Amino acid sequence: MPRAFTPKVITANALLEGDAIWFTENNEWSRDIADAELITDETHADLRLIEAQAFADQIAGAYLADAKQTENGPAPTHFREEFRTRGPSNYHHGKQAEA
Amino acid sequence: MYKYDDFDEAFVRERVAQFRGQVERRVDGSLTEDEFKPFRLMNGLYLQLHAYMLRVAIPYGTLNSRQMNQLAFIAEKWDKGYGHFTTRQNIQYNWPKLPDVPDMLEALADVEMHAIQTSGNTIRNVTADHFAGAAGDEIADPRPVAELLRQWSTDHPEFQALPRKFKIAVSGAENDRAVLRAHDVAVQIVEKDGQRGYRIFVGGGLGRTPMIGKVLRDFLPEADLLPYVEAVVSVWNLLGRRDNKYKARIKITVHEHGIEEISERVEQRFAEIRPSFTGVDQKLFAEIKEHFAEPAYKSSATDAFDAYKAANPAFQSWADTNLAEHKNSEYAIVSISLKSHGATPGDASSEQMRTMADLALRLGHDELRISHEQNVILPHVHKSDLPEIYNTLREEGLATANIGLISDIIACPGMDYCALATARSIPIAQEIATRFDELKLEHEVGLLKIKISGCINACGHHHVGHIGILGLDRAGVENYQITLGGDGTEDAAIGERAGPGFSADEIIPAIERLVLGYLDIRDSADETFLQTYRRLGMEPFKAILYPEKAEANAA
Repeated sequence: MPRAFTPKVITANALLEGDAIWFTENNEWSRDIADAELITDETHADLRLIEAQAFADQIAGAYLADAKQTENGPAPTHFREEFRTRGPSNYHHGKQAEA
Repeated sequence: MYKYDDFDEAFVRERVAQFRGQVERRVDGSLTEDEFKPFRLMNGLYLQLHAYMLRVAIPYGTLNSRQMNQLAFIAEKWDKGYGHFTTRQNIQYNWPKLPDVPDMLEALADVEMHAIQTSGNTIRNVTADHFAGAAGDEIADPRPVAELLRQWSTDHPEFQALPRKFKIAVSGAENDRAVLRAHDVAVQIVEKDGQRGYRIFVGGGLGRTPMIGKVLRDFLPEADLLPYVEAVVSVWNLLGRRDNKYKARIKITVHEHGIEEISERVEQRFAEIRPSFTGVDQKLFAEIKEHFAEPAYKSSATDAFDAYKAANPAFQSWADTNLAEHKNSEYAIVSISLKSHGATPGDASSEQMRTMADLALRLGHDELRISHEQNVILPHVHKSDLPEIYNTLREEGLATANIGLISDIIACPGMDYCALATARSIPIAQEIATRFDELKLEHEVGLLKIKISGCINACGHHHVGHIGILGLDRAGVENYQITLGGDGTEDAAIGERAGPGFSADEIIPAIERLVLGYLDIRDSADETFLQTYRRLGMEPFKAILYPEKAEANAA
């Protein structure tokens, strides 16, 4: 039996800085996962990933990552993706330092 | 130290210029990521969780003060003011920006360094015993051999698209400080009947299928080194499993075909190519050796060292723990710990790098080494200079007296940085070190090597830790497996898994239980953790780690 599709966001790294970024409904890339488009349909996800990958001169390595809806917008469900929204735990570097 | 000739210089500069063009074409959109990725990896540039990462080769872990100062400058100018020294004697920068990388590579080229072959399916940075040239127990300095192998393997046209990466280590001593038996090929300088030669190991490696290297040739005449190693790599290049990257390393090839068959094939290939090595390599080797002449040792009284030691308990503790015997009895080998309690293993700030560089220049014959245990070594220090070295290091937070102790932990970057990681390593190392510092027990516990990897690829060498910790993703939660009894020395052994893993909250108490339990069952204060494990086996340690299970069994 095929696995049920779980909600996803499209994420990548910014080409110049390598910073984690997310693809929005308006075909823009945001540094904040809360701005991302939460995708609940598998066919739509595949299509949006192709569209996201077309931004080859802005991003690197786009992929679909599990996410959930929260009051503030989409949020990660897995700890790896959560770290990407924050930065490393040993120094106050990355996104946590920019907020 | 080896000095670049015109050819080396031109080659490295040309590669920087090529990469500059490639970055420009990537940024303007003419290259896609798929097209660009192989180019950036050829130049040591990875894309990690939060940023790019630049891995710079430090051949056989040797640096002079000028190079260390340049590493500090690069960290400050283009990164966040620090660098991370790795288990392969490299340095990694965690925050470079893509457009800056060509300038970083240019700055490296200015001090005869580069990031070539620090990634990809090539022969990687050749590593060596970090006490090379200073240790009393070595037959010869292994670094000329490592340099010869470096020159031979760099840009070798036959070996740019190997089945997988290939790691070579070299040592000149029977005491193995370079983890020879965990390398694809290892070269140990040996002597037989007054002749110098090499013992060649093959098929060692950690990762998902850990293997201890096997002896392929017990004695290889000195002049046969390059053709023989070339024969080994070329046999594997044909036989290696390109169909499955998890089976592509030479350890699997050796395992599948057997050491006898590999040996026969290597000898056959060796016989074919040996005549094409007409002695140019040996001439080159002789020239390289001149670059590694012994330093001009000074000779003066060392009683000031003894007096300072007697008067200063903190210095004495540091001297007892962080100094190793030098072949010149007036000298010592200084290990500078990059493991101050609670800090990130292997990280050094630009200021710390400059302090170490300055000490090396003034008081250490201008030599520094990076150890695979992620510390920095001053290999040649006159004993009379040790008090000054110690006091200067102390001011920079570099005088932690813990070499070889429980807080001298190897940890890979783990999921704080690495895209391959399945769990974090650094916070576990920080918490263990902090906890045992609070307990004030680490000197009583004595020699104990904890090694932590954040994924099965085992960059943190957990398989050869006396206590190994492997971080995994278990159903979406970080989980840590403990292995016991690993050993990376000449008595190499792969650690055995103790049982079910522990959550991030449970792992520190589990390690504490394990170490306190060991204190109860060791037969004397002189019996190390590893010796106790070897004497008693896994069972008592299991009972300590899983007390509930032990109670249930007893009931």
